[in-house]
This record gives sequence, structure tokens and C-alpha cells, in this order.
Amino acid sequence: MTSPPLQAICAFDRLVPGRGVAALLPGGEQVAVFRLPDDSLYAVANRDPFTGANVISRGLVGDRGGDPVVVSPLLKQAFSLKTGACLDDESAALEVYAVEVADGAIRVGALAEAKAGA
Amino acid sequence: MSELVVIGDGMVGRRFLEAVAQRDPSWEVTVLCEEPRPAYDRVRLSAFFDGASAEDLSLASDLPGVEVRLGEPATAVDREAKVVRSATGEYPYDKLVFATGSYAFVPPVEGRDLPGVFVYRTIEDLEAIKARAAGRRHGTVIGGGLLGLEAANALKLLGLETQIVEFAPWLMARQLDEAGGGVLKQHIESLGIGVDCGTGGTRIDAVDGRLRMDTNKDGVAYDTDLIVFAAGVRPRDQLARDCGIAVGERGGILTDLSCATSDPDVYAIGEVAAVEGVCYGLVAPGYAMAEVVADRLAGGEATFPGADMSTKLKLLGVDVAQFGAFDGPLATTYLDPANGTYAKLVLSDDATTLLGGMLVGDAEPYPLLRASVGGKVPGKLADLLGGGEVEGGLPDGAQVCSCNAVTKGEIMGAIHEGCHDVAELKSCTRAGTSCGSCVPMLKQLLSEGGVEVSKAVCEHFTQSRAELFDTVKVTGITTFSELIARHGTGSGCDLCKPAVASILASLSNGHILDGEQAALQDTNDHFLANMQRNGTYSVVPRIPGGEITPDRLIVIGQVAKDFDLYTKITGGQRIDMFGARVEDLPKIWRRLVDAGFESGHAYGKALRTVKSCVGTDWCRYGVQDSVKMAIDLELRYRGLRSPHKLKSAVSGCARECAEARSKDFGVIATEHGWNLYVGGNGGFTPRHADLLLSDVDSATLVRTIDRFLMFYISTADRLQRTSKWVEGLDGGLDYLRGVIVDDRLGICADLDAMMAKHVATYADEWKGVIDDPEKLQRFVSFVNAPDTPDPSIEFEEVRGQKFPAGSAERSRPVLLGTPVIRSSQGK
Repeated sequence: MTSPPLQAICAFDRLVPGRGVAALLPGGEQVAVFRLPDDSLYAVANRDPFTGANVISRGLVGDRGGDPVVVSPLLKQAFSLKTGACLDDESAALEVYAVEVADGAIRVGALAEAKAGA
Repeated sequence: MSELVVIGDGMVGRRFLEAVAQRDPSWEVTVLCEEPRPAYDRVRLSAFFDGASAEDLSLASDLPGVEVRLGEPATAVDREAKVVRSATGEYPYDKLVFATGSYAFVPPVEGRDLPGVFVYRTIEDLEAIKARAAGRRHGTVIGGGLLGLEAANALKLLGLETQIVEFAPWLMARQLDEAGGGVLKQHIESLGIGVDCGTGGTRIDAVDGRLRMDTNKDGVAYDTDLIVFAAGVRPRDQLARDCGIAVGERGGILTDLSCATSDPDVYAIGEVAAVEGVCYGLVAPGYAMAEVVADRLAGGEATFPGADMSTKLKLLGVDVAQFGAFDGPLATTYLDPANGTYAKLVLSDDATTLLGGMLVGDAEPYPLLRASVGGKVPGKLADLLGGGEVEGGLPDGAQVCSCNAVTKGEIMGAIHEGCHDVAELKSCTRAGTSCGSCVPMLKQLLSEGGVEVSKAVCEHFTQSRAELFDTVKVTGITTFSELIARHGTGSGCDLCKPAVASILASLSNGHILDGEQAALQDTNDHFLANMQRNGTYSVVPRIPGGEITPDRLIVIGQVAKDFDLYTKITGGQRIDMFGARVEDLPKIWRRLVDAGFESGHAYGKALRTVKSCVGTDWCRYGVQDSVKMAIDLELRYRGLRSPHKLKSAVSGCARECAEARSKDFGVIATEHGWNLYVGGNGGFTPRHADLLLSDVDSATLVRTIDRFLMFYISTADRLQRTSKWVEGLDGGLDYLRGVIVDDRLGICADLDAMMAKHVATYADEWKGVIDDPEKLQRFVSFVNAPDTPDPSIEFEEVRGQKFPAGSAERSRPVLLGTPVIRSSQGK
């Protein structure tokens, strides 16, 4: 079982520390990619499960009890950037994507285990 | 329909009308009112000399089915014919209510009718006192009770050298014992007011345009410019006596516990009523009577529950409180002459039950003590008397708010049901909404109920927003990362980041998307537009004062058309364009900026709009140019970041078409200048703004608003609107006026400088973006496909405009009853 190839989306420097961007994957999926102030990267689904709008990339990031979170800009639910779990409503979650930096470029793609479980 | 006649339109009469309107609006009500104006707040009468106008004290309200006949006193009651007569009319009744209140008692002193001798009861009395005081020096008050001290305060506010003459051996003899009266006297004398107890006036003579009052003390006489009798009140029961209704031994219309008089169709409420022979001179028992009679008229069986005569007042800046029994089997006292405090607790003979007491100079334990009357002594006597920390709780049945009869149990219930601050408790339970003396107790109960009263912004900062503001200001820190590294923990969140972003913006005024600040802004600030439910944005250009040229209107229309935007007129007199995709925002704003528009900050915690009516230029009623003032104010404060959004309005006359009193700061024109109101709000909990200044010129107006805004920005909590902020200020409006008008904290120069810096450095945020390629590149749909619009955004057409897909379904229209059209063909 192999992961689908990761997709280069932009230069690492294009991201503002502490903010996210949206990327469009070949299959039409939208991914929200965040660069935290410590330069770590996280990628989750861009679709807000509560409203159906593709806006997660425009949410504020921060931490809850030390764990990195993104907060939906519409109704303000917080999601773990590590697991995608919604911390305010356990029935909802964001899909988590693989993300890495190679040659100064950010690359994202589906997680192997997420695909395997699907 | 049944007819109800009410004689008197005072505080209690008005409360009665409201209670009737609420319970049984079918009554046709006629009110005969002797005074030329409708009900007003007599309790706050001396505020009339402290900037409040008659209008501010007014309690008038429009009630359906109620006709108030001002300046038309009732002259006779014919109980046989069931009709009330005035000089000009006859008013038949099914039920009659006496709410005639009381009149000022003037002891039979020769010369009491001379010009320059007054009583202290109505707004007309105060106006006459004010007129007499003009250009004069000295005033004398006869009476050293509650009313006398109020009157002395009024004379002091008028700038007169003031002398109190009291017949009893000490001040406030009905509330205090000799030691308490002595401490109070010390305080009052230290304010430069003369106090002479055990002395009575014997005759008054006019001497060379002044007055001379001789006294019962040998050789003691007072030369003065005016004399105010404030020696008590008597029930106005003459009309009732004249028609044969029974009165009490010591006056007052005799009633039973239902407030019915000896004639079952006639009731008496308020100060004129002697319920089971007892007259009550406070407003709270009067309100209770009003509710009882309203209930009876609606078929209920309410009875007067008795009254808590406890009082707590700030008289001439001195706290005085009395509660429960005045004396009893065991009394323990504490006197601190150095600090001018006195406390006395009255206890049962086994010293376990609190029966009553009094406090002078420091009334902090009053709420706890009053609520404990009849129960266990709520702490160690030494702590209670000496102002130490008091531990121990109240029983659930203890009445915390005596004005509105709210117990601790009810308040705790409201807290458990989700009331989390004093304002919510006030609206849920009505506790603290009348005299306000139990508000400190409410705060204590909130913490007892487990409500975190911590003002910490979030888990990353233990400081309140105001503390962070001071920290940033004093340290000169300009970045969030430095602030959180030095004064917080973790990496921040959606609560502290925008709060700090706002503080940095208030203090520095650089572009909010510069450098590290960009990462702090909430999404609306980050894209300088308001995100809507489907992820598109709305665009609101500033239209100062709501004034716009036809050419600019055409620009907005053309832009909306070209970018296919839904348009709507907003409540703030501007035009909102909805449905803009994030990647279109810079193109839209390029067009708007080129046409001279600026950001309207509809997305920010910042000044939104200053609405205006059409003012003197067009309106036949306007007395000042409201449009010009609104534009000036909007341009002055545009872009000012604050703890929450700010709204304002300017009305050109008292008709108030701009609804200025629902705004954070509202301005209403007068014949002589402007009135400034602050702390208004629409929204969830509407609140009328309070009058801060009256009849000021434009420069004073603007300077005061400058300070109001900067003081608010410096000290408010995160997301605290001005209404809650003003309500939460210890000392309220007087304190606010002291700080920003009289400069009591010495910070006005600083506040002025902060505003001057804001005005000097303001720049349009959208112009700053479209001229900056680095900022522009954030406005893309996808970082890897900037020209591809988000394919998930869909619209549909409703009423000739576009809406987010699914709108028609969401709106679930309510079906209206439609007329049935009959076919004339008769098939």
C-alpha cells in the first residue's frame, strides 16, 4: 500500500507565520495549510463541517493547553491541527493531510493511514 | 370598559400605571397631575444641580389607554356620584386611587412666607432656589435629616456657603444614634458646611435684601441669602379628609393591607397611604403598594408585605447606612475618630441573631449585614465592625435586593441557570435595578456561585485586557510574540490574538496587516471585509454621516453590478455589497479607492458609523447642523480600534431622528449647543445612553468624546461594549464625568495626546493594501491556483438578486393569509 504522491503547492516562504493558505488538489479537494510561528507545518481539510464553507484556511491558529489548533472563522469551533478533532463538538472532525517541505517548497497530500482506513 | 382615575403622577403613581398596563390594560385611565410635568425621579432630585436636566429625571412613558392631565389638580371627590372634580372637568370613576404623595412640612416660624424662603420637594422648587442663588453667597437649610442633607448638597453644588440648622440634638436623628450623628457631623463640617444642632429658627426677617433668622439659642442668629425648609414631609391627605375617607391618627389615608381605604372603591398608595396606620417615606414600599393595587384591580389578592426601611446613602460623599432595628437588647459599637467611621450592631440578648444596626463613614459591610437581619450574625463581630475581611455566607431566604424583593436563593438560582455577570443578574432577577446598593453583594454572590470573575483574557494571559493595554503602553512592546514571551504563556489563541492586535492598533496606528500583526487579525480584519456564511465577503465603503453624492452612488452601483454583488442599505446609513470572492476584494477596492471611497471598517472592532438626521439645512425643526457634526466626528474617529465596535449618531433636535441615544456615543442638538449621551446600545440588551454633558459648544463636545473613547479603549474588557463598561464603572456616570470632564485622575492630557496621535496618523487600510504587492498576494482563492474561484461557492437568485445557494430553503417563508377571489363567472 503506497501513499499517493504529495503535491507541491507553493514556496515555504509564501506562508505568513501564524496563518494559513488554501490549496486545490488535483481531485478537487481543498486543503488548508498552516505555518506556525515555530515554522512547523500542518495541513487539514479546508471545508468547515459546521457550515460547509471552505474557510478553515482563513481561521486563526493558536494553542489550547499547548496543542496547536485552528479556529473556524465562521462559528469559532476549535480543531486540533494534529488530529483534526473538533475540541468543541466531538462528533465533528477535519481530515488531516500529510505535509512536508522539500527544496523550499511545501508539498501536501492524503495521509496513507487515512486512505487505508477509508 | 371600566374607568380608573388616579390622583397624582409621582414615582409611585407612575409605577402603578405601568403595573396596570402590564396586568390589565383594559382600564381606561385618567391621571390628574398638579405639577406641570409628568412623573420624575424625586429621589435623585439634587442631580438637577449636578448637570441633569428635568428631562433626564423624567419617568414619563407612553402608556396606551392612559390620559395624563398635567397642571390639573383634583379639587374634590364626590363618592356618592363616583366622580372626581378639577377646576375644569369632571371625571367619573369605577375605581379611584390616591397617589398624592406628601408635602414639605414647614414649622410655624414667623416670616416663612418671605421671598427667599423655599421648600425642597419639586423641580419647580429647585428652579426657584437656583434663580434666587444666582449672584448670592450664603444659604441655610432647616433640617439635618436625609432631606436636609440632600438640600445642603444642592446648595453646595450651587456654590453657596451652606449652613445646616437642625432642631434635634444630632444629625439624622431618625436613622442614627448620637455617636453616629457625631461622626457624620465631623465629615460634613470638613466639607466646609456649618452644622448647628439642637437649634430651631424662631423668626425670619428680610434685612437689606437678605434674610435674618433668629433662633431659640440666645444670641444666635443667621444672616443668609436664602433659607430652605427640609424638615420632613406630611401626607397630602386633605382631599381624602374632605370627602370623608378615614385617615390615620398621625395623618395619611388609612388603608388595609390591600391598600383599600374605608371606601372599598378607593385605594391609596405611596407616601399618602397609612397602611394599617403606618406611613412609609421611601419609594420601595410605595412601589410595593402600587403592585398590590394593580394586582387587586386585575382580580388578584395581593397584600402589602411590609417594608424593609433599611437605607444606604452617600450623603455629601459620606456613606451612611441603617438597617433593621435601631436599638435592642444588646448593642455593640465601634468608633474610629481618626478615620471618621462608626458602626453599631444590634443583637439578640444571646448575641447570636442580628437585629439591626448602622454604619457611618464606611458602609461596605452593609449589603451583607442588611441581608442577614433576622438571621445569624454573618461573621466575627470584630471584622464586621472594624472593616476586616468577613467570612461566612447568607441563608438562601435572605433578601439581597429589598427594592425589588429578591432573595439570595433566587439570585443563586439565576446564576446556576447561566447568569454570569451583574448585568445579566439585573435583567433576569431585577435585583440591583432600583437603588443599586446591593450590586457589591451581587458580585460576591457571583463568585460564591462559582462564576469565574477572573478578567483574564484567556488561558495564555492572566491579565485583563485593560492590564495588557497598560503593559503595552508602558513597555512600548510592538509585537504579539514579545508580549506573550514576556507576559504570557503558550502561543496564543483566537481570544488573545485579536485583543492584542486591537491594543497594538489603538496605540500605534500602523497598518494592521504589517509584519507580524497580520497573523493576529481575526479573519475579517485579515481580509478587511466581513466573511459571510458561504465564505464570501461583504464590502462596506465608508459614507461619513450617511451623506453621499449621486456620482458616488453610481460608482457603488456600477461596482456591484460589475462584480455581481448583492446590495443592501445598512442600519448605519451606508451600502453593503455581499457575495464578493476573496480574490475579487482587491479589484473591487481598486475601483472604490479610485472613486474616493475609504474602508468603512464594518469588519473591525472600530468606529462603524456616525448616523445623522438631515439637520438644519433641510429640516424645518433642526436647531444645529447635525450632518456636518456627524461627518466631522466620523472622519475624526474613523479607523480607531477599540475593545468592541463603536456606533454613534447625531440628531439635529430633540425629536432625535438619528436615534442617538441607542449609540455608544450620541449627540443631540439643543438651542444652545449639544447634549452628549454615552453608553447606549441596541442589540441583545438595549440601553438608552446616559446624559454626560448638556448645552456644550462643538469644541467641548469633541474634546469630551475624545477622552471618553480613549478612556474606554484604555480600560474596558475584551469585547465589552461601552454600555456594559459605563454600567461597570465603580461610581458610574459621576465618576466618568469626574475623570474626563474634571480630570480628577490627571490623565486628560494623556487621553488627549492619544487621540491627537490617532487623528494625525490615520490612513485608509484598503489603500494601504492595494498599493502593496506583498499584502495583495494574500487575497487569492488558492495559493497554487490563484485564478481559480472556489468551485464550491454557488449562488441562486432570489427577489432579483443573488444569494448563497440554499437561501430560499433556509428562509422558510411564513404564509400570509391571502384573500380568496371569487370567480364572477359562477362556474
